[in-house]
Amino acid sequence: MDAFTTHTGTAAPLRRSNVDTDQIIPAEYLKRITRTGFEDGLFVAWRTNEPDFVLNQPQYAGASILVAGPDFGTGSSREHANWALLDGGFRVVISPRFADIFRNNSTKAGLLTVVLPEADVEALWAAVEADPALPVTVDLQAEQVTHGDVTVPFQIDPYTRWRLLEGLDDVGLTERHLEDITAFEAQRPAWLPRSLPAQPAHPA
Amino acid sequence: MGQTLAQKVYESHVVRRTAGEPDLLYIDLHLVHEVTSPQAFDGLRAAGRTVRRPDLTMATEDHNVPTLDILSPIADPVSRAQVDALRRNTAEFGIRLAPMGDRDQGIVHVIGPQLGLTQPGMTIVCGDSHTSTHGAFGALAFGIGTSEVEHVLATQTLPQYPARQMAVTVDGELPAGVSAKDVILAVIAQIGTGGGQGHVIEYRGSAIEALSMEARMTICNMSIEAGARAGLIAPDQTTFDFLQGRPHAPQGADWDAAVAHWSTLRTDPDAVFDREVHIDAASLTPYVTWGTNPGQGLPIGASVPDPAQIADENERQAAESALAYMGLTAGTPLREIEVDTVFLGSCTNGRIEDLRVAAALLAGKHVDAGTRMLVVPGSVAVKQQAEAEGLDRVFIDAGAEWRGAGCSMCLGMNPDQLTPGERSASTSNRNFQGRQGKGGRTHLVSPAVAAATALTGRLTAPADLEMAGV
Repeated sequence: MDAFTTHTGTAAPLRRSNVDTDQIIPAEYLKRITRTGFEDGLFVAWRTNEPDFVLNQPQYAGASILVAGPDFGTGSSREHANWALLDGGFRVVISPRFADIFRNNSTKAGLLTVVLPEADVEALWAAVEADPALPVTVDLQAEQVTHGDVTVPFQIDPYTRWRLLEGLDDVGLTERHLEDITAFEAQRPAWLPRSLPAQPAHPA
Repeated sequence: MGQTLAQKVYESHVVRRTAGEPDLLYIDLHLVHEVTSPQAFDGLRAAGRTVRRPDLTMATEDHNVPTLDILSPIADPVSRAQVDALRRNTAEFGIRLAPMGDRDQGIVHVIGPQLGLTQPGMTIVCGDSHTSTHGAFGALAFGIGTSEVEHVLATQTLPQYPARQMAVTVDGELPAGVSAKDVILAVIAQIGTGGGQGHVIEYRGSAIEALSMEARMTICNMSIEAGARAGLIAPDQTTFDFLQGRPHAPQGADWDAAVAHWSTLRTDPDAVFDREVHIDAASLTPYVTWGTNPGQGLPIGASVPDPAQIADENERQAAESALAYMGLTAGTPLREIEVDTVFLGSCTNGRIEDLRVAAALLAGKHVDAGTRMLVVPGSVAVKQQAEAEGLDRVFIDAGAEWRGAGCSMCLGMNPDQLTPGERSASTSNRNFQGRQGKGGRTHLVSPAVAAATALTGRLTAPADLEMAGV
């Protein structure tokens, strides 16, 4: 995972709520077994069917920050949604509220999710609609978003922030605690189920 | 202060807790399918890691599988490659796989309970958001992304923070023809698709206690549609009766020890929930969705809402775009909406009880001439059970299609899909734009409403059938 410290880019205003992961990338693109190359599926239905869709507008073509309405990333747990956003050039998604699994996947994939109050999102939408070339800076170190002369703070849990700043791999961090895991396993009840070997049904 | 059921399960699985870091949570069961796992196995290989506990891991093929001609190779080369990757990966890492054609194969959330691998008090994860289904047994079960799949494969743990606690209490008696699906659609309509965000939901109350395990699974399944990663129900005699004798359930003295432990898995009387929602079961009627998220649902007696009457701007815009996508006009009675296809199946409603309910309504009758009905059992075992009970004949005689097991038309990843503009009544869990196929229009319904709708060709409650003379 690439480290994330601060990012400056232009922002695309996605004035929609409840953007589910089926809209971010439909299921037919999930048949691939690679981890990259999902940009062709990103918002493909809206890009195909709606000429005015924000990402079809040339002034937002190079945007790297997506500013969306509440409940972004609902539905399926597909991390392909996060990968598709990254592959499509986005480093940050800003929304008043994210679905839990999407947000969690983002922290693993290196996509920064920033929660801002609806009023701040509205102000950001207005600003980038007035000036699509407006540079927006998302500073994870300082925990703030800046556009023009406006700076708004955001919160992120310190551990996730540290991991993103360092670009650390979770598995590697957990492997430092293998002894704890082994000790835990030693006291699990023996009757807990195991998938191996396969068992026949037994009389009740 | 006492603990909730979810807190008890969570706390008993904390491997390591340190200030300023997430807890390290032990995972008792990891379910795997072909879609969200290939990149995780690649990650293991790239780092030279192994699967820590193949014996706590179980894989199946479900999302991509065709439901016709299942013993031939999958025709779509991309789907076939993904299924082949799972076969290679499970063979290489020593993981049990129930492949197409196997008697244990089926939708991942149907086979776990069916095999008795899903038990009370466990932590269960899968790279699939409907893992919440397993909460019906009093397990803490939630969906994860592919990076987390890799993490669990490698370490059998996950870094986690405790969730907030929500209680959804449903008291009273459900009216005839009103099912678990209607309960959960009503809950989501009430709290919204983000209402459970950050929470685990415990479903409780006399109406929940009266439900079968199949019905409890339907409710927990759709917790994610209310924004909650997990939903659960305290285990009781209904739970124990369902599990006893299943292949991986404990036996003999182990069974007694397990039941003794499971019986302690209840929310303490003095536990405090962060949020509480109450629903009067007697007030519920069959629910159907009219829009493009599962929160956009109404009692079937209502009409398509008028966006202009919706005060919240986000919701108004969502309703406007939903009506445009769905091809609906505000004010149209929901009962007048005609459907092309009825889908009975999925991890929400593809279990034996769901098929029985639908078959009882279809017996001796015929599906409307302009409507097709697909009946897709959730697993091979459900299919075999249904055939032993003669349900397949009921469906076939009624003019429905009787298919093989899989995710089928719940999502557009296999040959069972809607065509652009085609409208369905579906017992699945998501009415998102394009979910059942590009341009498809989905109304979420219960199995009983699905069967009644198949008979009339428009959204219909079972109680309407007599009036309609069907």
